[in-house]
Amino acid sequence: MKTLSPVSFLWQPFSPGRRTETLTGYALILPALIGFSLFYALPLFRAFELSFTDWNMLRAPRFIGFDNYIQMWHDGRFWNGMKLSLYYVLLNIPLQTALGLFLAVAMDRLTRSIVVRSVILLPYLLSNVLVALIWLWMLDPLLGIVNSMITSLGFERHAFLGSPSEALATIAGINIWRHMGLVAILFLAGLQNIPRYLYEAAIIEGASEWQMFRHITLPLLRPVMVFVLVTSVTGSFQIFDTVAVTTAGDPYDSTNVIVHYIIQNAFSFYKMGYASAMSMALCLVMVLYTLIQMRMMRASESDLA
Amino acid sequence: MKLNYLITTTLALTSCQLVQAAEVKYMLWDSNQLPAYQQCATDFQAKNPDISIKITQAGWNDYWTAISTGFVSGTAPDVFTNHLAKYPEFAKSEQLVDLAPLITRDKVANDQYEAGLYEVWGRDGKQYGLPKDWDTIAFIVNMDIAKQAGVSLEELQNMEWNPKDGGSFEQVIRKLTLDEAGNNASSDKFDKSEVKVYGFQTPGGGGMMGQTEWSYFAVSNGFKFHDKVWDNKYYYDDPKLVETISYLASLPDKGISAPYEQTKSLGPDAMFVGGKAAMIPQGSWMISYFKDNAKFPTAWVPLPKGPSGQRATMFNGLADSIWVGSKVQEEAWKWVKYLGSADCQAVVATKGVVFPAIKGMAEKAMETQKAAGVDSSAFIVMSKEKTFLAPIADNGSQVDDLMKISLESIFIGKVDPATALKEANTKINALGQ
Repeated sequence: MKTLSPVSFLWQPFSPGRRTETLTGYALILPALIGFSLFYALPLFRAFELSFTDWNMLRAPRFIGFDNYIQMWHDGRFWNGMKLSLYYVLLNIPLQTALGLFLAVAMDRLTRSIVVRSVILLPYLLSNVLVALIWLWMLDPLLGIVNSMITSLGFERHAFLGSPSEALATIAGINIWRHMGLVAILFLAGLQNIPRYLYEAAIIEGASEWQMFRHITLPLLRPVMVFVLVTSVTGSFQIFDTVAVTTAGDPYDSTNVIVHYIIQNAFSFYKMGYASAMSMALCLVMVLYTLIQMRMMRASESDLA
Repeated sequence: MKLNYLITTTLALTSCQLVQAAEVKYMLWDSNQLPAYQQCATDFQAKNPDISIKITQAGWNDYWTAISTGFVSGTAPDVFTNHLAKYPEFAKSEQLVDLAPLITRDKVANDQYEAGLYEVWGRDGKQYGLPKDWDTIAFIVNMDIAKQAGVSLEELQNMEWNPKDGGSFEQVIRKLTLDEAGNNASSDKFDKSEVKVYGFQTPGGGGMMGQTEWSYFAVSNGFKFHDKVWDNKYYYDDPKLVETISYLASLPDKGISAPYEQTKSLGPDAMFVGGKAAMIPQGSWMISYFKDNAKFPTAWVPLPKGPSGQRATMFNGLADSIWVGSKVQEEAWKWVKYLGSADCQAVVATKGVVFPAIKGMAEKAMETQKAAGVDSSAFIVMSKEKTFLAPIADNGSQVDDLMKISLESIFIGKVDPATALKEANTKINALGQ
C-alpha cells in the first residue's frame, strides 16, 4: 500500500533494470515540470530580483538594496494583512475540514448515491466570482434575502460584508460553503481505501462508533488529511478572489488580507518592487509552514504500511 | 482585348485590397457609451478607408489593469479613454503622447470645448488628452415618495444646506424618511431603529475626490482641495471639510440615512432603485442607468445651496489619450481628433448618454434625453453654478487610498473627523515632498 511520493521517486538510485522505468517516469512528470518552471520558478526568481528594485512597471527598475524589505518591516498595513490572512485561515480551515470530514463519514456510512456526491460538490463547481457575487447580493444589509429572513424572525439586521467586525468571518463562511464539498469528496476517497476488515474486527471487539472513528478512521486518513490541510491552508492563506469581489479590502482595511494588499500595491499604486518584496515574505512563510506540516504529519507514510 | 483589360483591372483591384487598413485599437470602460462610439468609428472609417478602428470595452477595474500591464507588455491600445485620477502617473512615466504639437500643427480649436475641460489635461505646456465629455452631479429623487411626503418638486429644486442644522435640505429629507409605522423623521413618534425608507443616502467615503459623496457639500461650505491643479499641498484638514464630514456622519445617527456599514455592499444606487432611499446624489453619466432601472417616477434636481450662497459641483471630464508605444500614431491622432470633433460629439449627443465636451452640444444631449422622458436640465443648471475641477496631483492612487481609509474610519465611528482628516492630510502632504 505504500505509495511513492514524487520526492522519494526522484531519489531512487539508478539500477540498470529500472532505467527505462525511470525515463518513463521523467517523461510523465515533464509537462508538470515545464509548467512549474515557466509559471512558478521563473516568476519567483524574477520577483526575487524585482524585490530589490523600485520598479513601477512604467519606468526602468532601479536597484535600491533592501529598502523594500525595510519599508515592509515598518509598514503597519503589511502586518495587518498578514494578521488578517492568518485570522482568515483560523476562521476557515477548522470548520471546513471538520464539516468535510463529517460529510465524508456520513456519505461513506449512509449512501453510495452518485447524486448526493454530485450535489455536495456542486458549490465547488461554480466559479469563485459567481459564488462571491451570489452571496454579495443575498447578504446585502438592506436589500438581501438573508437579512429579510433574519429580521422577519425578529433578529437584528446584520451588515455582514459591510461591517468591520463581521466582514472577514462572512468571507470565510462563503468559502467554507464552497469548499466543504471538495474536502468531503477527498476524505471519502481516503475512507474507501481503508480496508473494511478493520471495522469488522473492531465491531466484533465491541468498539463504539466513536472509538472506531478515533482509532481506525482518523489515523488511516492521515495522508489524505495532510494533503487536504497543506493545500487548503496554503490556498486559504492566499485568499484573494472572494475579497476582491465582495469587499475589495474594505471596510477600513478589515479585509485587506495580505494578497489583496500585495495586488493593491502592484497594480493600483504601481509599486511593483515593493509588492515583490512582500510576495517573497509571503512565499517564505508558506514554505516554512509546508515543511513543518510535512514533518509533523510524516506525510509520505500511512499507518497501513 | 476586353478580357485582358478585365484581368488587369481585377488584378489591380485585388492588389489594392492587399494594402491593409491600419488598425487603431481603442479602449473605453463605460458600456453605456459603447454604441455611440461604435457609431463614430463607423462614420470615421467611411471617411478614412485606410484606417480601421477596433473598439474594446472593459469594466473600470479591469480596464486600468489592462492599460498599465499593456504599457509593459507592449499590448496597450493605441488610443484609450483617460481619467483625471489616472493620467498624472501615466504622464509622469512618459506613457502618453504629447498632443500639443499636433494640435498646433492641425490647428485644432481648443476653445471649442467648455471652459476648463481642455486645461485640466495639460501640464507645463504639454497636452495629454483631447476632451470628449463633461459631467456634473445632481440629486435623483423618487417622486412617488416625495408626493406622499408632500414635498413639491419646487421645494426639492430650491434646497439650502448648512453644516449646523442642515437647513431646508435636512427638513426635506426628514419628511422623505419613513419608519415601518409610517411616521416621518420630523415626527416625534419616528422610530429610527425601524426605518423603511431613508430620506437621503451618500455613496460612502469617496476617497480623495468625494465627487458624488461630499465634495459639493464641502465646496459650497467654503472648502478647497488645493491652491491650483498639480499642487501637491492639500487642505484636507480644513475645518470647513471637518464640519461637512461631521455633518454627513451625523445623518445615520438621526435615522435619516442608513448606517455606513449597511450601504457598503450594493450601495445607494441599488437602495434607490429598490425603494430604500428616497434621494441620492449621482453623476450625469448615470442618467440612462436610472432611466432603465427605476420603476417609479424620478426627477433630477440641482444640489442644495451651501453657506457660501452657491450650489457647487465638481466639473469633470474625460479625454482620449494616445499611448507612446503605438505603432500607428498618425492614424491614432486622426481618430482622437475625430473623437474630439463636432462630427463625433454630435453623434454622442444624439445618443444622450453623456454630455459632449464641445460647447452647445450638451443642450442637444438634453433634448435627446427629454424625448426619452428624462429631464436632465439639473446637470446643466449645475454646470453654470460654482464648478470646481477634480484635485489632480501626483501619487493620485495613494492619496485616494489614504483618504478612503480616513473617511471610512470616520463613518464607522472609529476616529473623530478632525483627528482622522488631520492625520490623513499630514501623510498625503508627505507623499508630495
